[in-house]
Amino acid sequence: MSETFASYALVAIYSAMAVYVLAFVFFTLDLAQRSAANQKPKGEAKVDVASRATIGVVAGQNATAERGAVGVLERDRIAPSDGRTGGRRMERVAFALTALAWILHVAGALFRGLADGHVPWSNMFEFSLVSSGIVVGVFLFLQFWQDLRFLGTYITGFALVVLGVGTVNFYVPVTPLPPALQSYWLVIHVFVATLGTAFFGVGAGLSIVQLLQTRREANRLAGLRFLGTMPGAEKLENLAYRVIVVGFVFWTFTLIAGSIWAERAWGRYWGWDTKEVWTFIIWVLFAGYIHARATRGWRGTRSAWLALIGFGAVAFNYTIVNLFFKGLHVYSGL
Amino acid sequence: MSRPFDHIDGSGPQAPPEPGITQPKLGILGYARFFWRQLTSMRTAIVLLLFLAIAAIPGSMWPQRSSDPNGVIQFYANNPTLAPVLDRIQLFDVYTSVWFSAIYLLLFLSLIGCVLPRTLHHVRALRTKPPRTPIRLERLAVFQSTTLTKSELPAELNAATTIEAARAQLRASGYRVALFEDAKGLSVSAERGYLRETGNLVFHTALIGVLVAVGLGGGFGYTGQKVVVEGQSFVNIKGAYDSFTPGRFFTDAALQPYRLTLDEFDAVYEEQSLRAYGQPIDYTAHVTTWLPGGKGTKSTIKVNDPLAFGGNQIYLLGNGYAPKVTVRDGKGNIAFTASVPFLPQDANLTSTGVIRVPDALPEQLAFRGFFYPTAGQLSSGALTSIHPDLRNPVLTLFAYSGDLGLDSGIPQNVYALDPKGLTQIAGGDSGVAAIELQPGQTVDLPDGLGSVTFDTVSPDAAEGDWSHSVPRFASLDIHHDPAQGWVLLFVILGVLGLLSSLFIPRRRVWVKAVELPKGGLRLEYAGLARGEDPGLDGAVAAIAERHALSVKA
Repeated sequence: MSETFASYALVAIYSAMAVYVLAFVFFTLDLAQRSAANQKPKGEAKVDVASRATIGVVAGQNATAERGAVGVLERDRIAPSDGRTGGRRMERVAFALTALAWILHVAGALFRGLADGHVPWSNMFEFSLVSSGIVVGVFLFLQFWQDLRFLGTYITGFALVVLGVGTVNFYVPVTPLPPALQSYWLVIHVFVATLGTAFFGVGAGLSIVQLLQTRREANRLAGLRFLGTMPGAEKLENLAYRVIVVGFVFWTFTLIAGSIWAERAWGRYWGWDTKEVWTFIIWVLFAGYIHARATRGWRGTRSAWLALIGFGAVAFNYTIVNLFFKGLHVYSGL
Repeated sequence: MSRPFDHIDGSGPQAPPEPGITQPKLGILGYARFFWRQLTSMRTAIVLLLFLAIAAIPGSMWPQRSSDPNGVIQFYANNPTLAPVLDRIQLFDVYTSVWFSAIYLLLFLSLIGCVLPRTLHHVRALRTKPPRTPIRLERLAVFQSTTLTKSELPAELNAATTIEAARAQLRASGYRVALFEDAKGLSVSAERGYLRETGNLVFHTALIGVLVAVGLGGGFGYTGQKVVVEGQSFVNIKGAYDSFTPGRFFTDAALQPYRLTLDEFDAVYEEQSLRAYGQPIDYTAHVTTWLPGGKGTKSTIKVNDPLAFGGNQIYLLGNGYAPKVTVRDGKGNIAFTASVPFLPQDANLTSTGVIRVPDALPEQLAFRGFFYPTAGQLSSGALTSIHPDLRNPVLTLFAYSGDLGLDSGIPQNVYALDPKGLTQIAGGDSGVAAIELQPGQTVDLPDGLGSVTFDTVSPDAAEGDWSHSVPRFASLDIHHDPAQGWVLLFVILGVLGLLSSLFIPRRRVWVKAVELPKGGLRLEYAGLARGEDPGLDGAVAAIAERHALSVKA
């Protein structure tokens, strides 16, 4: 039975990866269209008739039935920052594909869990599977709060890399849970850590766009025209902050749940094990980020860089530290 | 530091002085004040936080004496020139090093210097009324107004009644309110979200609490390790531990007297899945504990489930086999009989150990041995264990005779044998094959030096059933940390503080009623965020809407 479920899981995972690829392509096409649709008005005066016609066609394709090409252009120019310039077909398709891929992804994780007979995050492969799934899940569900679909390329690309590398390079067959991991803290600690990672990941995406947007607003980056269809730098900074703060709370819980589990399993709540060190470093970096947001001279670009460094540390902790550093957090079957 | 911590203007750098202006000379006090200001500024805190993060990194790159002492020894062996250099700059003791301590102590000093004045300020703010309404509300970031003409205005309504309605409404939604009157009209000034700053202060104070509790707890606590073989006992006195690490303020009185016996150790291995065959599924130590003069209590210790007893937490951290061996010397007397813990070397519990027989005559004897719970043969002919359970137990021994060197008084590692001063009499280059035994078997030593018996502890078992023939041992970690509860308490307080300081918005709201010269009323609503407050616009709009409804109704 277990074998059957494990093979279902793999089928679902590979299908999800295929659909993520499609979603990634469509999100990228959408970025290209955003660039086309956001030709600068002063440039428009100079363009020849042929290229204007192209703009008209492209923009017309995007526009919903009742809105003309000019309307779309104007709308984009007037309200480039509200991020709600809906009606892009590519983006809608890409988002729907992401949702479909995510359902397959979740199915894969569920089948793996059924095959395991325990929560599917006890080794590197399973952790990649679940953490990439949660990143996409957080991305999808954040849409109910804010339109962040412009991050689609980043999120699907990220999920694809994590899921792909995790499945291809770190796949391990179903094995029983060793005594060291037999604890309900495995469920809490690891799950909250993945949630924190997901929010930090989305926040890092927003910070990247924020940094690009800042450069563009300072007229140093005219090339990336699609940025004109995305929220302004300040709005992005506020969004990133609100997402990262949630991540920070989850990370704090990770740290505490980890300490409590360490106390149960290893007899001390804190021992500067390599993984503990890096969890601490990440926590301190994001604490620095939160303080930077509240300090004149550190807002904006500097705090955005801090958010990126923080997420870089998360990624480092998850890859390099897991694979090359010696410590107590050894992953079974890795 | 008079503004809330997360206000943009909270603690900015001072504007740089204009060039050409001579600044007043600072005295000692002036400099002290200057450095204190610098230390307690938010910018310094950020820089110290980043330093702390960077300074923690080396501790994950090189082995640490606190968490991996063997790693340090190994590193010394592999890098004899580099290791002392690293040691000099305390890279093997990062978290107790001078530089790491300096950073976190400065950080905490900065924290205290920030929290204290802010606490005083907050206590004062909690007891004062909301501030006077600004004259021009329209200048605030969030502002909206509605005008009620004379005809729209019900007869019983005027500035006073509408403001009273606003006051009641704001009060009911948790605002602190105060009424003011200026040249233009009546107004209510309201503020909410004091818990944001309270939570922030609680969080930072809790961090100090955690640091103090960890420091003191480490000082009064102790940790110790003890290997206990099935059927044997452990008494909680300092001398009974295999290794013992007391805190700085430890006294023997902290050791509560008790006795603990390991009755049985159960290990369960995977039997179903072929891929995971032989992987451990469960370890359980069945123990009996006695308090002085009390009756024995049976309990179990599992890997994620320590036993709380006698002021201690007792953890199961490892296990293995302790073959029972009897050695008779050349004169036929029993010189040694005991279960000797062998250290596991791999997942299938191939184990190594050393047996010293100082009482053997005419010469002292020693053995270096391998134990294989389920022996199998490699293609090279060497033995290896192919399963961690007792299926085909084999003990192989290299025998030595000579002077064990115990009389020199130099402490020796019980798990290692230094062959200096000893002659190998079996195994290796001695010309005699290594001794190979199964439980119950006896082999004579060469040259009439005696014999070795690998005793079985289940002599009545059926033929071929080895499952209980060799005793197991459990490696127990015994901890006492009186401050653990305090640490947890401060951590919980810290989390509650963090949550309220991040998610409770602090804002000021004003409602002003201006009576127009031609009759009628203009109602003005304005809001000001104090710290992060993404919902301010919505909140002011909602207040205005509700107020307008209550006024019109």
